[in-house]
Amino acid sequence: MLALAVVVGFYVISHVSHALHTPLMSQTNAISGIILVGGVLQIGSADPVVTTLAVLASAVASINIFGGFLVTHRMLGMFHRGPADVPDVQVTRGKRGSDTRGGGER
Amino acid sequence: MSVESIVQAVYLVAAVLFVLSLAGLSRQETARRGVLLGMTGMGLALVATIALALDRSERPVGVTAGLILLVLLVGATVGTWRARTVEMTQMPELIALLHSFVGAAAVLVGFGSYLSEPATSGADAGETVHLVEVFLGVLIGAVTFTGSVVAFGKLSARLRSSPLLLPGRNWLNLAALVACAGLLWWFLADGAAGLVPLLLMTVVALALGWHLVAAIGGGDMPVVVSMLNSYSGWAAAAAGFMLGNDLLIITGALVGSSGAILSYLMCKAMNRSFVSVILGGFGAETPAAAAGGPAEPGTYRETTALEVADRLTAARSVIVVPGYGMAVAKAQYPVADLVSRLTARGTTVRFGIHPVAGRLPGHMNVLLAEAKVPYDQVLGMDEINDDFPGTDVVLVIGANDTVNPAAQDDPASPIAGMPVLEVWRAREVVVFKRSMATGYAGVQNPLFFRENTAMLFGDAKEQVELIVQAL
Repeated sequence: MLALAVVVGFYVISHVSHALHTPLMSQTNAISGIILVGGVLQIGSADPVVTTLAVLASAVASINIFGGFLVTHRMLGMFHRGPADVPDVQVTRGKRGSDTRGGGER
Repeated sequence: MSVESIVQAVYLVAAVLFVLSLAGLSRQETARRGVLLGMTGMGLALVATIALALDRSERPVGVTAGLILLVLLVGATVGTWRARTVEMTQMPELIALLHSFVGAAAVLVGFGSYLSEPATSGADAGETVHLVEVFLGVLIGAVTFTGSVVAFGKLSARLRSSPLLLPGRNWLNLAALVACAGLLWWFLADGAAGLVPLLLMTVVALALGWHLVAAIGGGDMPVVVSMLNSYSGWAAAAAGFMLGNDLLIITGALVGSSGAILSYLMCKAMNRSFVSVILGGFGAETPAAAAGGPAEPGTYRETTALEVADRLTAARSVIVVPGYGMAVAKAQYPVADLVSRLTARGTTVRFGIHPVAGRLPGHMNVLLAEAKVPYDQVLGMDEINDDFPGTDVVLVIGANDTVNPAAQDDPASPIAGMPVLEVWRAREVVVFKRSMATGYAGVQNPLFFRENTAMLFGDAKEQVELIVQAL
């Protein structure tokens, strides 16, 4: 099982675009929050010490899951394509306007 | 158990979704779908796990459900808050912090697993295996935890980024590993009373993780963070073995191999062996090495923002080579503005990104994307290196070692053999720099003294803004 997953992992990751390596890291961060599964299954234990440890473990792991996925999503939302499309020209014009204003103040 | 078998089936689906989510990152077009697939997989796995946890609960179901809800609320609140507010330049810190969470969770789950299934004195084979798994899970988790905390501290400048060089540091690491092996033997021999060796080992492993990363200089953090990414995966996989949970094993192995590949790519881009980075100490001995190299003072040519603006107006093709210095000066926004203006005039403008530009693999691409540079204008080193000879002007902003011709020409250079962007093959190179100081590796850069190179001194952001005004 482990060996199979490692092979699949190497195959998949080596195809990831270099430009997306940071989102890849935050994405793998998010899915390694899957350790939450281990914590949640221990929460129901009759031993209060185990429950406490499990609650702590699950809490930090769930920060990973939510934080990791959301920040990946946010990052990927920043990437956009296309040189000199109509919206891009408008952005440029808008910036140009603000620049002139800045110059006028000086 | 029907719940049990349904849960196993759901876990398998979730694992497949995780693989697909990572595969989606192979191209920009499919990347966002990849995240959604990953979220779906996680959602399925969570629902199945909660069902199983309630089914197995040894106390009133309501209490267990309440605790799980509380945990998820905490995670959702803190996680969402961090993800929303983090600056893109702070991404490396956030990622290091998230690694430390995985490490901490692995340690806690390991202790939980040991306490909930205490070993009996007459340990059979299956029990021994379980104990070894607990021991390894806690060990990897503890190293990941403190290692990531130190990496976080160095990246966020809460700790000094220079390497901590204790005398005989490699022996200290070795001693820590030997101590852990001895404690494992004690742990297995003691069975039911094994909590003491387990705790001792945790302390040793925490110290080991701290020391390992403290010995590595700030500039090597891209490798360290990728390496910790890998460790956090193996920590999850080890937890999977100890809990007999296939989903954890598969996911952990996926993440572990991902981090390993990234570390390898980073090392290759710096032409350093993985071992030399891990053993640390880089950046301490290099000034001496640089002094021993051929001193090549020469003269350099200084230029002004107005002159650069003229050159850019006349140029037909331009390549911008950014380094982390650009992000430090927050110059990516005026640079993006400059590039979009030049593009609008019909000039071909592209970015050339060295794999170690920035402080994470792919960090520079995210910073440029945030500044609204279209990703099809941003190329990697291998994609763009052949295009420099046909380029009119290259703007080097905040990069130094990654554009150093000495890496190719001077076998005695400390960075000899490191792959670099061959900017000097272009017709003209403009280097934006604060002063003539050397880069991170402490190596003098002959590029600055070439005939086709002009230096533009000052704050990169201000200089680029001046150029934009002059256009």
